[in-house]
Amino acid sequence: MSWESWLISTISRTLAYGTPLLLATLGEIYAERSGVLNLGVEGMMIVGALTGFAVAGKTGNPWLGVLAAGVVSGVFSLIHAFASVTLRANQVVSGLALTMLGLGLSGVIGRAYEGRPLMNTLDEISIPLLEKIPVLGPAIFQDQSPLVYVGIIMAILLWFVLFKTRIGISIRAVGEDPATADSLGINVSRVRYLCVMVGGVLAGIAGAYLSVAYRPSWTDGMTAGMGWIVIALTIFAFWNPISGMFGAYFFAALFVLSFRLQAWLSPELLKAMPYLLAIVVLIVVSRGTLQKRMGAPSALSLPYTRGED
Amino acid sequence: MASKESVPLAVQLSGIVKRFPGVVANDGVSLIVARGEIHCLLGENGAGKTTLMRILYGLYQPDDGEIFLHGKPIRIPSPRAALDHRIGMVHQHFHLVPTLSVEENIVLGLSEGTGPFLRFKKTRQKLRRLADEYGLDVDPTAKIWQLTVGQQQRVEILKALYRDADILIMDEPTSVLTPQEVDALFGTLRTLVEAGLTIIFITHKLDEVMEISNRVTVLRKGKAVATVNTDESSKAELARLMVGREVVFRVEKKPPQLGEKILHVEDLHALNDRGLPALRGMSFDLSGGEILGVAGVSGNGQHELSEVLTGLRKATKGKAILGAHDLTQCSARTIADLGVAHVPTERIRVGTVPSMSVRENLILKSYRSREFCKWSILDERAAHENACRAIKEYEISAPHDGTPVGNLSGGNIQRLVLARELSGSPKFVVAAHPTYGLDVGATEQVRVVLLAQRDRGAGILLISEDLDEVFQISDRVLVIYEGQVMGIVRAEEANLEEIGLMMAGSYRQAVAE
Repeated sequence: MSWESWLISTISRTLAYGTPLLLATLGEIYAERSGVLNLGVEGMMIVGALTGFAVAGKTGNPWLGVLAAGVVSGVFSLIHAFASVTLRANQVVSGLALTMLGLGLSGVIGRAYEGRPLMNTLDEISIPLLEKIPVLGPAIFQDQSPLVYVGIIMAILLWFVLFKTRIGISIRAVGEDPATADSLGINVSRVRYLCVMVGGVLAGIAGAYLSVAYRPSWTDGMTAGMGWIVIALTIFAFWNPISGMFGAYFFAALFVLSFRLQAWLSPELLKAMPYLLAIVVLIVVSRGTLQKRMGAPSALSLPYTRGED
Repeated sequence: MASKESVPLAVQLSGIVKRFPGVVANDGVSLIVARGEIHCLLGENGAGKTTLMRILYGLYQPDDGEIFLHGKPIRIPSPRAALDHRIGMVHQHFHLVPTLSVEENIVLGLSEGTGPFLRFKKTRQKLRRLADEYGLDVDPTAKIWQLTVGQQQRVEILKALYRDADILIMDEPTSVLTPQEVDALFGTLRTLVEAGLTIIFITHKLDEVMEISNRVTVLRKGKAVATVNTDESSKAELARLMVGREVVFRVEKKPPQLGEKILHVEDLHALNDRGLPALRGMSFDLSGGEILGVAGVSGNGQHELSEVLTGLRKATKGKAILGAHDLTQCSARTIADLGVAHVPTERIRVGTVPSMSVRENLILKSYRSREFCKWSILDERAAHENACRAIKEYEISAPHDGTPVGNLSGGNIQRLVLARELSGSPKFVVAAHPTYGLDVGATEQVRVVLLAQRDRGAGILLISEDLDEVFQISDRVLVIYEGQVMGIVRAEEANLEEIGLMMAGSYRQAVAE
C-alpha cells in the first residue's frame, strides 16, 4: 500500500468511525450543559441501533430507520429525564439504569434479528467537484455515509445555537445556576427535559448509523462501549460542540490506528487512550481555576428545587 | 395600619399565611406599601421577611391570603408573572450566572427582539440609557465573575429596571457591601424613588431603616407587629417591636487585662478552594485576655484564615506560632489538643453532626480522653453527666440529651458548639461569625460568653461581617482585604470612614499595638 493511499483510507475510516461518537457526544453535551448527567448513552445508542435496523428492514427505507431510531431513543431518554428532573433522583443511578435497561431490552427483542442481512442500507455518497481534490477529496468527500456530513453540520449548528442564540443562553444558564434561570422566568424543568431528549435523539441516530450504515447488521451489544467513550469525550471537549467534533475524530483516529499500528504499538494501549485522556482532562478541569473558563456546568448532576438556596 | 387614603397603593398583602414543615413562616401577615415610597421590612433572622417577599415575587405560593397590586387582586404563580406585573427582586445571594457576560445575564429569559438570535445593539442602547438615568454604570461585555460584589449588585438592579420593574424588592442588600458602597446604593435607591419607583427593603439593621426608609413594617415570628412612619419612630422603639422586649444595645465590657502574647502570625499565605491566593502575607499578634476583631467584606480571606489557624487548611507559606508550636504544621486534632477552640462559620455543617444526639455532639472533641472513654468503650454515664452540666450552664433548650442536634434551633446549636469548644478553658478561640443568624437573645448571650472567656485570659480572634459587633466587643480591629492586613486599630479609636476605606482596599494604616 502506498503511503498516500494509506493516509487516505485512514482519514476516511476515521471519519466513518468518528461519526457515531460525534452524534452521541453532541447530544450528551446538550444534556450536561443543561445540568443533567446522562450515563445512559450506551443504552440509548443500542436501542437506536436495534430500532434503526428493524425499521429499515421492515420498510426497506434506511432513512426511515434512522428517523425511527431518533424518535424511539428520544422517548427512551425520557425515563432518565423523568427520574432526574421530575423525581430529582440520583442522576448516576438513573443513567446507569437506562444503560442496563437498553442493553437488556435490545438483547431480548433483538434476538429475532440476529444474523439477518439488511437489504437496503444507507448508501455512501460522494460529493461532486470536492472529491476531485487530491488526497483530501478521496479521504473526506468520496464514498462516505451522508450521516458523516450530517454530523459535521450538526456540530456547527449546535455550537451556534448554544453560544449565539437565546435558547443557548437559557440552556447554559440552567446548567450553571438554575435558581437564577428560574427567577427570570425560564422553565428549568422544560429546558432540562428538552436537552435530555436532544441527547436521546442524537444517541439513537448514532446507534442507527452503526446498524444501518457502518456495519449493516444487528448483533447483540454492537455499540461495544461507545457510549462510555462519549461520556469521556464530553469532558474532553469541555462541553463545546466544535471541540466535540475534533475530539470525536481524534478518538476515532486512535481506534483506527490501533488496528493499523498493531505491529508497532499495543492496540490495547491505543484503545485505552480515550479513557486515559478523559482522566487527564478531569484532573486539569478539577484544578479549579480553569473550571469556570473551561465550561464545566456548575449545576451538573444537581437536581433543582425552587426556593432552596 | 398607618396608610394614608390620599396616597395610591402599590402593594397590599392581606392575611398571608405560609407554612413549611414544622414552622409557620408567615402567620397572617398584612402589609401595605404606598406608591413611590421606600418601605422597610424589619425583623430578625427567621421572622419571615424573605418568605413574604418570595411570595410577592412568585417563588412561593401562599397557603392563604390575598395579594393586591395597585388596588386589584392578583395571583402570582411564578417569578415570570411577577416580572409581568413589573415586580423585580434583588436577592440576597445574587441570581447571576458567573460565566455569562453582563448583557447575557440581562437578557436571560427575555423574548424581545427578532427571532432566536441575540442582538446586543439594542440591549446596549437601553443599558446606556438606564446607566445615564440612574448612574448605574457597568461594562456590558464583562463576565460576572470579573466584577466586584458592588458591581454585581448594580447588574441585579439593572436587570430589574431593564424589565421595567416599578416595584423593586431588595433583600438585605447591604450585607455584602463596604460602607462606601452602601452609600452609593442608597444614592441609587433615592434616585429610583424620585423616578417614581416603589422600593421594599428587607433588613435587620436599624441604622439602615432610619436612614433610608419612609415607613417601616416590623415582622416578628411570622407576624406583622406594626407599621410606623420612620420619622415618627426611633431606633429603640423599632428594636423593642422587633424583639418584643427592651433591648440593651451595649454589652458590658470591662477594660482588657492583657496577658502574654499567645499567638504570633507571620507572613501567612494560603489558597482558597479554587486554588487562588486567599491569604497573601498576613501578620499579626494576639495576646491573652484580648479580642481581636477581623473586619472585612465577605470573601476576603476571613474563612481561609480561620481554617488555617485551626488546621483545616494548609498554609502555603508563613507561620502561626502558638506557644512552642507552629499551627501551620499541626493537624486539626493536635491543634484542638493544644487548647484551641473553633466556633466555625457553618455551625451545622462543620460545627456539629446534626443526626447525632446532643450528648454525643458535646463530646466530639474529648471522646478519646480518659474522662469519657475507658479501654476504648464510651462511658455513657460520664457523657450524660457532661451533657446535663452543659445544658444547664449554657441554657441549651433541648427536650433531653438524646435529642438529635438537627432538631434544635440555630441559637441552641450555637450554644452547644460554644459549650463544647469552651470546655477545658482554651487559651485561643477562633470564633467565625458566632452570632450570624441568631436572634437578639442568643446573640447577646454569645457575646457575653466570649467576653467572659476574654476576661478569663483567653485570646480570641473574632471574625464577623457585622461591623457593629466587631466594634462592640473587640479590643482591637484588624481590617482584612484580599488576604492582607490593611490595618489594625484600637476599637475605641476607630473611625468608621477609615475602616470603610480599608475594607475597600483603598487605604492602608499602620498597625496599632
